[in-house]
Amino acid sequence: MVKAGLMKIVVQTEAFDLGAEVDAMRNGRTDIGAIASFVGLARDMNEGSGVQAMTLEHYPGMTEKALAALVEEAATRWALLDVTVIHRVGRLLPGDPIVLVAVASSHRGAAFAACEYIMDALKTRAPFWKKEETPEGERWVDARVSDDAAAARWSA
Amino acid sequence: MMLRVLYFARLRERFGLAEENVDLAGATATATAADLVAQLRARGGAWAEELAAGRAFRVAVNQDIVMLDAVLPEHAEVAIFPPVTGG
Repeated sequence: MVKAGLMKIVVQTEAFDLGAEVDAMRNGRTDIGAIASFVGLARDMNEGSGVQAMTLEHYPGMTEKALAALVEEAATRWALLDVTVIHRVGRLLPGDPIVLVAVASSHRGAAFAACEYIMDALKTRAPFWKKEETPEGERWVDARVSDDAAAARWSA
Repeated sequence: MMLRVLYFARLRERFGLAEENVDLAGATATATAADLVAQLRARGGAWAEELAAGRAFRVAVNQDIVMLDAVLPEHAEVAIFPPVTGG
């Protein structure tokens, strides 16, 4: 279990600042030996066509619950000291940050692994959907088989 | 059995509906998510198409993703949506 209060899960429209989030994790602590982080960005190209913008929709209530559940799963697998997950919703432009996962632990192994686990689980289980604006019109992004495979390897 | 049913993303657009109250006809205490999906599919049109066997959609009951054989509690919040694409 991540100790109560040592887990930050936010769904927001605003941008986030990786440096500020990592500083907040470190602030006043000397027990953390490693912080691994991942930032996902909106690309300008997908499935062979240009993407001018995307809009992220989610399921308020379930989203926060699903994210908390997968962070707790990570905390049962690895010894974690703190976790931050921030996911944006609304309209985003190419280059904009979409998602941030930062994991603090005593050692790098747990931090790297848990960060990747949380992202893989988020991709297949957190209720977000992307709609892209392309020169050919709007289109909902289809789920990728590779994402299912990435999530499944953790239960192998 | 009364249920609150929510639709998201492509399904919300295809159905032209974000949420509704559904009375699951003839439901017993063992009614499942599959029974609800069958009743919605019987509406025809986009419902029959999107919820056809073999189509990829997910069902959540009270905000947990479930299999179609999950039993529905009375007044459950059921959400039906495409496979997720966040991150």
